[in-house]
This record gives sequence, structure tokens and C-alpha cells, in this order.
Amino acid sequence: MHPAYSVIFFTALSGAGYGLLAVLGVGMLVGLLPPHPGFALTALALCLGLIVGGLLCSTLHLHHPERALLAFSQWRSSWLSREGVAAVATFLPAGALGLAWLFPAWLGWLGAAAAIGAIIGAAATVFCTAMIYASLKPVAQWRACWGRLPLVPLVYFAFAFAGGMVCCQALLALFADPLASVFVPATCVAVALAWAAKLLYWRRIDALSAPDLLDATGLKGDWQRIRAFDPPHTERNYLQKEMGYRIARKHRGALRRLAWVGGGVAPIVLLAAAGGSPAAGLLSLTAALLVLAGTLLERWLFFAEAQHTCSLYYGDTTLRGREPTRTRAYFPSRTSRASLT
Amino acid sequence: MTNLPQRDKSAPRLGLLIDLDTCVGCHACVVSCKEWNTGGHPAPLSDSDPYGTSPSGTFLNRVHSYEAEGEQGARTLYFPKSCLHCENAACVSVCPTGASYKRVEDGIVLVDEERCIGCGLCAWACPYGAREMDAIDGVMKKCTLCIDRIYNQNIPPEERQPACVNACPAGARHFGDLNDPDSHVSGLVRERGGQDPLAELGYKPTNKYLPPRRPVSLPAGERLEPVAAASGFLGWVDGILSALSK
Repeated sequence: MHPAYSVIFFTALSGAGYGLLAVLGVGMLVGLLPPHPGFALTALALCLGLIVGGLLCSTLHLHHPERALLAFSQWRSSWLSREGVAAVATFLPAGALGLAWLFPAWLGWLGAAAAIGAIIGAAATVFCTAMIYASLKPVAQWRACWGRLPLVPLVYFAFAFAGGMVCCQALLALFADPLASVFVPATCVAVALAWAAKLLYWRRIDALSAPDLLDATGLKGDWQRIRAFDPPHTERNYLQKEMGYRIARKHRGALRRLAWVGGGVAPIVLLAAAGGSPAAGLLSLTAALLVLAGTLLERWLFFAEAQHTCSLYYGDTTLRGREPTRTRAYFPSRTSRASLT
Repeated sequence: MTNLPQRDKSAPRLGLLIDLDTCVGCHACVVSCKEWNTGGHPAPLSDSDPYGTSPSGTFLNRVHSYEAEGEQGARTLYFPKSCLHCENAACVSVCPTGASYKRVEDGIVLVDEERCIGCGLCAWACPYGAREMDAIDGVMKKCTLCIDRIYNQNIPPEERQPACVNACPAGARHFGDLNDPDSHVSGLVRERGGQDPLAELGYKPTNKYLPPRRPVSLPAGERLEPVAAASGFLGWVDGILSALSK
């Protein structure tokens, strides 16, 4: 699938934002949120910025964003619509949580209910986002399961939580809050779990069985081999641009290593070093940025490695994880084509 | 509402039956589809750079060319592909705005272009690649089964079928109710073993494909043997010509 930046930034940033919201919700419930209003304002602004920024990115993906309100109407059947409804509904408890945190004297009574609402809303939104992809039968990678557990929602939850934890940890360290060093082990575990889930996902998608062109044409019985030799048109069409992508497969090994070492191992080392160091704030901030960068790369691969059955019709023979034995460029390069005219 | 409609088991399922044995890959269906639908009920099917070096555009029907091989030999296989108007049309249920819908009365899947936000999720949900985003209009386009022809009281009855079916010079395309056991198309499906592409995904496509027949295979020895006449008039000619060409 074509890795559109709008969708990559949307899922990664809003995921981290909802993760941070859930972490703040838990903090509110156990009474560990630092009462310092500067910290509260920064944390809430970061949370809101990630969520709203991510949601705005997602609207860049639309060709008719002026009709976006209609997208809240089909929550009965559409995960995309449910995601929109959940995202907007979550602003209510999130706002209440912010008010309860900033004005404990007047609105402290709101705290527990707002925190529970925010945690549920954040989890529901991230789940809906994941299900947009996990519900698409034509993309075998996104349907990957561990036993009966669908892996895409698991990975989305794990990265949202890890993103929220590293953001919270970075804020605690920057504000030199005494909780910061206590929070480090939990943050490291969250990051490690996220990448463990991702490594499991990668293992699963490398061993997938997917349909081939015989299935796609419905040919049976006597027909054993089929090969595409002539495209239906002279230039790449929408389907080939949207559903086809080959760069990721070429560099898949290197990109995966870069993602989990740079976005997982490196930030864990930095966080461990941050413990009691005077540069804890800077180290934690770097770790958080690395985790977010790793999440963006992981999300880019999530799309780029996903293969749609429609590419079978266009002669893609790699859906079963094999490289094509006989390859032939469907389309001459732009220069050679220009020279024809 | 993008929930799939609760359709009666006996409700018509209008669709196409495509004969892979007789399709000659002439693309007449592609051209007639584009011609009718670019001027028809929905907005035009736009093209980018139509007269330049890299023309591309929106098509509701495309013909792929394959080479199929088996013990019985090899043959070219043309595979025309448009919307299959699935019974379990995931393109409809994923639509967040209700722009995509499946008609209760005949099962045709359509897009209300006024409601489409151009998110592209329905195209992702279609395993067949039957939906295309119009690069200029920014809305999803798909086969309408020429709904503005098949019920059109202003054209002669014999033309009230999809433009692609009318145009096919090989008689490889048939239109009808695939849920009516007495229909012409259902008869062909029974007789020739109509097939569902990617049946294992469970979309239950309405359109069916008739598989290619076994090619007529001659024993290898009988193919284009050089003419060897040992006796008679041809033997005499052979002898004279052989002597002359020495």
C-alpha cells in the first residue's frame, strides 16, 4: 500500500497523544499527577497538540474535507466513522480531566470520572484506528493474528501506550519532578513491549500465505500457471499508485532494524542512563523523540509492506513473500517513453 | 446508511457474466464504458494529460492480458474487470459517510458522489481493484452497471443493458439476474461452471466468470509437417523441382 504521510503522521501522532491522555488518566486515578500548574499546562498542551495535530493530518488525506462532518454518520458499520466519533467524544472527558487537574479546589470532584472517561475514550479511539486496517480482508498482512489475537490492534495499543509513557517521562524529567526516576523502569517496559509486539507482527507477516493470480482470476483445474504480460493501459493508474509499493520490500531488513534499534534499544539505553543524571531532562526528551521517530518509521513500513490483492491483477507475484522469478517492467521509464514521441 | 441492506433471498442480483473463453481482448467494452459513463448520470470520468506523453484517467472497466498455462498447453487469457456488485460488499460497510450504498431492489452498488469525501477506504476494501479515485473530481468512481441505461424508458428495449455488453463484438459479456435460476445468465453459469474470483475472501461477487475451455490440442506430430508426397502427380513435381534446384 502507498504509505501516505498524512495517514502515517495521523496514526503515529494521535496514537501517542491518546497514549499520553490514558497515562495522565491513570495518574489522576492513583493521585500521582504533579499538582504544579506549569507541568499540567505543558502536559495537556502536548496531549492536545499530538491528538489535534494527528487528526488534522488525517484530513489532509481527504479530497473533500469540507464534507468531513458526514463521516460521523456511519458508525454502525464503518470503523473509520467510529474512529471519528470516538476521537471527538474523547475531547469531553479529556477537557474535564484538564479542568479537574488545573482547578482541584473547584473541580477536583470531576477527577475520577473524567480520568476513567479519558482512558476509555483514548483506548476506544486507538482501537477504532487499528480496526480500520485490521478489518480489510484484501490486505493479508493487516489480518495477521497471533493465535486468535489480531496483531494490528495489539501493535497500535502498544505503540500508543509507549508513546504516551515516553512523553510523560520526558515531561517529568524536564520539570525535574521527583517521580521522573521512579517512572523510568515502567517507561522502558512499555517501549520494550511495543517493539516486542512489532517483532511478532513482522515474524507473522513474513510467514503469510496469500492468494495468487490463479485465485484472483478464479482459474481452476487444468490451469497451473498464469502470468500477466500486458497491462490494461499505458500509464500507472490510481490503483497501482495507491495499492502498489516496492521500495519497502527491497530494504525491508535494514529499515526494520533501523526502526527497532533506533526507536527501541537506543531510547531504553538513554532512559536507563537518565535515571539520576543531571542531564535527565535532555536524555529523556531525546528518548521520547527517538521513540516517536521509530513509531513513524514503523508506521511507514506498516503501509509500505502491506500488499493488496488488487496488485495481483497487475502482475505482482510477490504476495506470497517470494521475489518474482520472471520480471519484466510493465512501463518504460519516463525518458524512454518521451523519446518515443 | 452503509450497513448492507437486508435483502430478500429471492431479490434480483443484477450483474455481468463474462466469458473468458470468447473474450478477444479488443477493449471495446472499456471504450464504450468510458464513452457512456463520462457523459452519463454521474460526473465525467476525468483524464490527466490526455494528449500528452503520459495520459492516464479514470476507468470503470479494464481488460488485463494474461498467459495461462497447463498440461494441455498455453493460451492468452483476457480478463475484463469491473465492479462485481458483491453481496458482501465491504466497500459499502467501510464508507464513513454513507456515500457508498447497495440498492435493496437489485443489489447494484453505487456511490453518491455528493456525499463522498474521497478518503479512498472503499477502494482499499475492494479486493478486485474495481474502484478508482477520480484524480480531478476527488470522488470515488465505479461501475454503475449502467443504471441509467438498464431502466431507461427513453432508449429502445434492446439497448437497455450495460454499454459494455452492447459493445462486445465477441458476445463475451452477458447481463442479467444471476439470482433467477431461469435467466439466460444463470443457465450459462450452470452449464459452463461460472466462477468467483478470490472466492475464499467471502465477498460473494454477483458477477461471474466463465472459465476458458480446454484448448483443442493436436498431437505434436501432426502440426505443420512439411509436405512430402512420394508418389503421384505431386511426387513427379517434387522430383522435377528438386532436380532444378540442385
